[in-house]
Amino acid sequence: MINLLIRRIFYAVPIAFGVSVVCFSLVYLAPGDPLQTILPSDASAETIALVKAAYGFDQPLPIQFLKWLGRVMLGDFGQSIATRRPVSLEVMGALHNTATLALFAVPIAFSTGFSMGAIAGCFPGSWLDRLLTGTAVIGVSLPNYWFGIVLVILFAVEAMVLPATGMGANGSDGFSIFRWADARFMVLPVITLSMVPIGIIARSTRAAVSEVMGQDFVSTLRAKGLSEPAIIRHVLKNALPQVLAVMGLQFGYLMGGSILVETVFTWPGSGFLLSKAIINRDVPVLQGTILMLALIFVATNLLVDLAQSLIDPRIRRT
Amino acid sequence: MDGGVVPTLAPALVSVEDLTVRFVTRDSTAHAVNGVTFSVRPGEVLCILGESGSGKSVTLRALMRLLPPGKTRISGSITVDGQDVLALNPAALRRLRGGLVSMIFQEPMTALDPVYTIGDQIAETVMRHKGVSKTVALARALELLELVKIPSAASRLNNYPHELSGGLRQRAMIAMALSCGPRLLLADEPTTALDATVQIQVLILLRKLQKEMGMGTIFVTHDLGVASEIADRIAVMYAGRVVEEGPVADVLANPLHPYTRGLMASTVHGQDRSRDIDAIPGSPPDLRQLPPGCAFAPRCSLAAGECLSAVPEPRFPAPGRMARCVRLGVPAFA
Ligand SMILES: Nc1ncnc2c1ncn2[C@@H]1O[C@H](COP(=O)(O)OP(=O)(O)OP(=O)(O)O)[C@@H](O)[C@H]1O
Ligand SMILES: [Mg+2]
Repeated sequence: MINLLIRRIFYAVPIAFGVSVVCFSLVYLAPGDPLQTILPSDASAETIALVKAAYGFDQPLPIQFLKWLGRVMLGDFGQSIATRRPVSLEVMGALHNTATLALFAVPIAFSTGFSMGAIAGCFPGSWLDRLLTGTAVIGVSLPNYWFGIVLVILFAVEAMVLPATGMGANGSDGFSIFRWADARFMVLPVITLSMVPIGIIARSTRAAVSEVMGQDFVSTLRAKGLSEPAIIRHVLKNALPQVLAVMGLQFGYLMGGSILVETVFTWPGSGFLLSKAIINRDVPVLQGTILMLALIFVATNLLVDLAQSLIDPRIRRT
Repeated sequence: MDGGVVPTLAPALVSVEDLTVRFVTRDSTAHAVNGVTFSVRPGEVLCILGESGSGKSVTLRALMRLLPPGKTRISGSITVDGQDVLALNPAALRRLRGGLVSMIFQEPMTALDPVYTIGDQIAETVMRHKGVSKTVALARALELLELVKIPSAASRLNNYPHELSGGLRQRAMIAMALSCGPRLLLADEPTTALDATVQIQVLILLRKLQKEMGMGTIFVTHDLGVASEIADRIAVMYAGRVVEEGPVADVLANPLHPYTRGLMASTVHGQDRSRDIDAIPGSPPDLRQLPPGCAFAPRCSLAAGECLSAVPEPRFPAPGRMARCVRLGVPAFA
């Protein structure tokens, strides 16, 4: 098991490296010149050269990359072009806010989606299956920002029981999930964010469970005289590795924060930060945010991999 | 094997009467089993023989009510050890499955749960039926693995199915089936998926355990050679009907039904075990549209007009022997 852990971590290193290369090259892949936004349009060639040197843009690319990587490893992503604040502060603050939503959205979405899919998959073709699968399809296909707006209209504008947007009077820094005055601001965003993962997880759980249900060994379990709950326990354990893969992806998406949902609710999370950075051509912030999100994806994948191989011994060999 | 005398003495362990199984879907009905009648006495081995699709597996699964409930229509009667299987409630059915009756499947590769260890899977059955603790159940699982001659059984207990060879996996499957001392063992081509040498070892083991434990056994196979080694009696199935039945030696020496003769002609020469039965010209009928007469008539060289009009009634030309053929007395048979 320890061997497996070490091997998987080794696999993750080159992926993380590749991700950082891509993030670094964003500066050059992004359309337009990043300096354009901070320089006046009539800047002299001298000024441009000066600013280039100040940001290190005049050095050869590999050198720029290594220097950048060195700083990133120490947690220094540079300065935001738009706000002049350290990128690390911006990114960490935004990630923290998104993670606060995810802290609730993940358990809600995962348990609801998994239960819906498991029930549907255990009774394929039944009216219950049709009802649950239909609901899941709706969850996936409704645009979630539209759903968020509908929730705002219903609960904030009409019924006036929940706030519409923002993080409340204490702001992002003073926000506490243990204070209802703050926490009530999370209710609508969390529900809105959960919709798509519920749908996706329900559908893939259903697919995995009904596929396992059709396998030969289920007949053996019946022939052993096991009760239905005991059989379902076997089936779920077999279906779990597939479901975990989908859950890992959904976890990554939730940590990435939905740009649209966070914009609808003016929630200062990572999606919100990304959209601001894109509009402002704030490349250091873009780099920092994307790199952090990508690393979260890589780490999640690593965990999913390990969990899968704990559950299914056949995966351990590869 | 004096098949004619014994049945009247020992009460049957299993008796199946006029069993009919249909699979109903919106656009068609498949008549998989059409009026099957047979019985098995305690300790007796009945081999069901027949080509692919003749309804052997369906018959076996019906005995444990393992067919998908939604689309399956079963009629007739199945009695095992005095219990009316078709009338059992779910709890009683679960007690019967794995307790009184157990089943060995064809594919040891897919019949075991890949994410549980062999030990856990056997212990689970023991716990379910004997109500013992996990420790006791695992100890019993170890005894069983030793009983089926799995080398270094103690460490195999912690193996997952994919870590075992096909032969060992099938032995583990047998251990699981025998774990609660069933009185009736159903074996659905348990050796077909194995290599020839392993096949023989597993067969010998099964025969030995069956004798020691005195289980009534229904053994499904394609293979006449296997049948002749393990069976007391043979029932030959065609298109969901038993077309011939009798003591193994008698049937092999003097097959009555043209289909049985065809089977033997296609396997007897050259002793080729792996060769299948489909050396008979033609192919089996469509189970969704069975002919009104004998289902074998279209492939039968002896077929006459009367074969096509009605399904032949069973005839009993000798003690313990049955064949469903109207042309039994025809000279061509001699
Ligand atoms: N669950 C099911 N639903 C619909 N049809 C089925 C089902 N199970 C079996 N059948 C059909 O019933 C017929 C008999 O099948 P069965 O599995 O009993 O054949 P078999 O004699 O065991 O053949 P084989 O030697 O290939 O195992 C086949 O035509 C098969 O397609
Ligand atoms: Mg079969």
